[in-house]
Amino acid sequence: MHPWIGAGDDDRRRILTELGLDSIDELFESIPPEVCIDRLPMADGRDENAVRSELVSMALDNLSPECVPSFLGAGVYRHVQPSVVDAVLSRAEFFTSYTPYQPEISQGTLQVIFEFQTLMCQLTGMEVSNASLYDGATAMVEAVLFAHRLKRGKLDRVVLAETVHPMYRRVLATYADPAGLDVVVVPPGDDGRVSTDALREAAGDNLSCCIAIQSPNFLGIIEDLPSVADTAHSTGALAVQVVTEGVSLGLLAGGGEHGFDVVCGEAQSFGIAPGYGGPHLGFFTCREKNLRQMPGRLAGETIDDNGQRAFCLTLSTREQHIRRAKATSNICTNQGLMALAATIWLESIGGYGLRELATACLSRTEDLKRRIIDSGGPWQIAYPSSPTFNEFLLTGPGAGVELARRLADEGVLAGVAAHRWGGSWPDGLLVAVTEQNTAGDMEAFIDALGGIS
Amino acid sequence: MKRRAIRHEPLFFERNPDRLRRQGFQLPPLDVPAVDPDSVLPGAALRDQIADYPDITEMEVVQHFHRLSQLNYAVDEGLYPLGSCTMKYNPRLNEQTARLVGLAAAHPLQPVEQVQGSLRLIWELEQALMAITGMAGVTLQPAAGAHGELAGILMIRKALETRGDAREEVLVPDSAHGTNPATAAFAGYRAVEVASGPDGTVDMEALDRLMTDHVAAIMLTVPNTLGVFEHHIVEISKLVHDRGGLIYLDGANLNAFAGRALPGLMGADAMHINLHKTFATPHGGGGPGAGPVVVSETLLPHLPVPRVVKIGDRFTLVENDDASIGAMRGFYGNFLILVRALTYIRGLGSDGLREMSDVAVLYANLVRHRLAGAYNLPYDSPTLHEVVFDDARQTINDVHNTDIAKRLLDYGFHPPTMSFPLIVHGALMIEPAESVSPDEVEAFCDAMLAIAKEAEENPELVRSAPHDTPVSRVDEVRAARKLKVRWTADNSS
Amino acid sequence: MNVPADLKYGRTHEWARVEGDVIVVGITHYAQDQLGEVVYVELPDVGAAATVAEELGTLESVKAVSEFTSPLDGEVVEVNERLEDEPNLVNEDPYGDGWLAKVKGSIEDSELLDADGYTAMIEAEST
Repeated sequence: MHPWIGAGDDDRRRILTELGLDSIDELFESIPPEVCIDRLPMADGRDENAVRSELVSMALDNLSPECVPSFLGAGVYRHVQPSVVDAVLSRAEFFTSYTPYQPEISQGTLQVIFEFQTLMCQLTGMEVSNASLYDGATAMVEAVLFAHRLKRGKLDRVVLAETVHPMYRRVLATYADPAGLDVVVVPPGDDGRVSTDALREAAGDNLSCCIAIQSPNFLGIIEDLPSVADTAHSTGALAVQVVTEGVSLGLLAGGGEHGFDVVCGEAQSFGIAPGYGGPHLGFFTCREKNLRQMPGRLAGETIDDNGQRAFCLTLSTREQHIRRAKATSNICTNQGLMALAATIWLESIGGYGLRELATACLSRTEDLKRRIIDSGGPWQIAYPSSPTFNEFLLTGPGAGVELARRLADEGVLAGVAAHRWGGSWPDGLLVAVTEQNTAGDMEAFIDALGGIS
Repeated sequence: MKRRAIRHEPLFFERNPDRLRRQGFQLPPLDVPAVDPDSVLPGAALRDQIADYPDITEMEVVQHFHRLSQLNYAVDEGLYPLGSCTMKYNPRLNEQTARLVGLAAAHPLQPVEQVQGSLRLIWELEQALMAITGMAGVTLQPAAGAHGELAGILMIRKALETRGDAREEVLVPDSAHGTNPATAAFAGYRAVEVASGPDGTVDMEALDRLMTDHVAAIMLTVPNTLGVFEHHIVEISKLVHDRGGLIYLDGANLNAFAGRALPGLMGADAMHINLHKTFATPHGGGGPGAGPVVVSETLLPHLPVPRVVKIGDRFTLVENDDASIGAMRGFYGNFLILVRALTYIRGLGSDGLREMSDVAVLYANLVRHRLAGAYNLPYDSPTLHEVVFDDARQTINDVHNTDIAKRLLDYGFHPPTMSFPLIVHGALMIEPAESVSPDEVEAFCDAMLAIAKEAEENPELVRSAPHDTPVSRVDEVRAARKLKVRWTADNSS
Repeated sequence: MNVPADLKYGRTHEWARVEGDVIVVGITHYAQDQLGEVVYVELPDVGAAATVAEELGTLESVKAVSEFTSPLDGEVVEVNERLEDEPNLVNEDPYGDGWLAKVKGSIEDSELLDADGYTAMIEAEST
């Protein structure tokens, strides 16, 4: 017997009697004996205290960025977590419900998705959004495949700025091979941005289905969005913007305002715990004319029998359970609960609130940069004249990995090693600053730099 | 049936229509100099204040979502007998462990010395899943079942390429879930359909004909989507292996035999597991899930990177391996979902997992027994954790499976899976899962029997259902014809 | 049984009508009834090649997608652009305003059925 299993010993006996059976084994006779076992080679179940104890010991074995000054970014950012987010998320009606295939009893979930889709459009300046994808990396992959489909599969080249998150590029490589795509990576120029000339040259003339850049890019630098979009279109390619820091859209114009065809990426910044890498929240927005090629689920507005407004999943015919081999993607389960978290977060922070939050990130980042410059020593902002939002590359004596380790010994999680996945830029630390970093954190950072100089 | 008034809840964008300044959350005070964005950033990069993105107070946020939540049916409310979805109870202990700060706040790019707890958790779950399936290796990276399928098929592809035997086709039974052929196509294969025999399992003659040296793999679900176990599984594996192909198992239905049988003994080369099905991680209105893939020795070298490796009593990450298929997504997996699954597995243990599948199968057979008099059973074979009926007896009165589903809503239940598998016209796929009490299963059967009677005596009542839901039957045709997928300021309903 | 006598029919439920050197193509009343309410029609490009028995386009309902095939070899010279905003025409007037495409070519020596042959075929299917 077990609290999580609905039938106790007596119940089982009673049901077997009703079914005219002597033993439950009779119900499993269709399984050939050569694949059967008597018991699993593992321990029996344990009570809540024992289980919790084991998990707590694992948690205590981690050094939490909540406990020391932390400036880690590189695609995962530490932002405010309003208490309402988890409170609402914990409502059983939201987290124990399923995909809203029966709209009559899923209006809560469906309306939330509709609100999420709208918010993502507002933030990116795009016309339509889907209901979420797995994460930023797979969202970028889906964008590339989307562009390839829109070009009828005739343009196999994909131009990718090297300053798109290296981890995302690595995931694309996994998918590019079976899809027959030829990925060309373009390094940044001396200013840490990708040059449109280099993009144009790499794209060729009507050979590439898309040009994808990230802004702010992996080095934290803001790219010149209008020029990139124009360049892409002039070569016959679609323009894709990847975003890894969603809060940047509170202050920076999204690609939708500058002619991009897709703005996609990671929305973990909107109230989702870093959680050692997941679950996070991929997002995908595009132009309405291309809606039918968009991957993932989609909630639409309609009415019910009584003329009342209602929402339902729509355009399901794009998806795997109907198109099967011709589906736009094979995605099924998505990140619904994370989209809910982001929606609660965005609605809690509010429009003006988001701008204030983004400005706070910018102010704090500029403050840390200034302190570093003022502190002298061997520390350099690698691209001092290039505009950044809340992340920048810091160089110093030694490899990024070493710097991170020595600064951690001084009690500060100072940043992510810039060469963790290689890269044509200088080695050093990617330092991210958010509204969560206090003046005290900045002082600790400078002290730690001094400590290892 | 009790009711209470539920207010129609406006959209967030319809609140605070005059866009008055309200505060939903107080930011930490700015203790550094405020910067004017125009002074440090190029003007062209900046945006205007977003129009029509209102600010509301904390209580407004709470009330908005509270009211929306009341419009949802959920597992915690009652039976959710969706076939192949395994809608089981989400233990609250899992929610506690997933929120432990040490686990929830860990940044995935922290040096390994700082996150030994997370790495150990990943490793422990890997060991547990290998033990549960009898397989040689595993990856926890995929974010969902479909994602796991893709990882599995890509590993198969790489294994065959490595041995210089690249092939173009993948065999998929006609009863398969749509993700199977979609995955095969995504991976560059041609999906070839294998017919089911009269008992619902793979037709061995058809398989013999189709299994050539063009076939890389067969994708099988066990038990299949009819709830019927592929009793020829060992012969199928042998046939396919003998002709140079590999076996992919769709583990969506693992709840039927966990603790009793091992995919490792069935000849599986890769099998994905849906943690959000068998291992009780929450469905969350559509995700997140997790789709780990267990593999045989053959596919071991091709597992995705990064991988967790144990050296002595410490853990580290291996980032690169030329034999690997690469990375399927960012980072290591839906980690906080993995936390929940490990909690669940520790709580149930070896004895509990076996009991889990025992009761899942018992309940499904109870439903089959009670409903077989009123609903048509298209296949006679023994079924395990789910059973598929169809609406053949009800269509005589022009009542279809969708009508039955909508009428069930009036009885306070979520309907079963409709219209799947595709080989059964008008299907009703029922999987009760093991969590609910027997009373709940019996109540569901009572409701289904009542509806069968209504279909005969008062079919219009069934056809016009639902009557007791927050909205009545939703016009999905209109939603597709007049696409409206976001709110806009100039919109009207 | 809505099967106009003056048309020719394919085994996959397309109809064909001769208009000079162009063949007008659509799906039959029976087909639209099976499909359910059409929400979207994917039509071929003007100028595209049409090949007999191969997919010319698709018809989507809420729950399913069906291809419609060409009853002849030829070139697509016109498509019914009204269907973009009014896909319901396929259901409401399958032989008239719900036409799908016009293909330049001939059905002279084709294996298409006449009205009686098609009627017999669908009657057999229904039993």
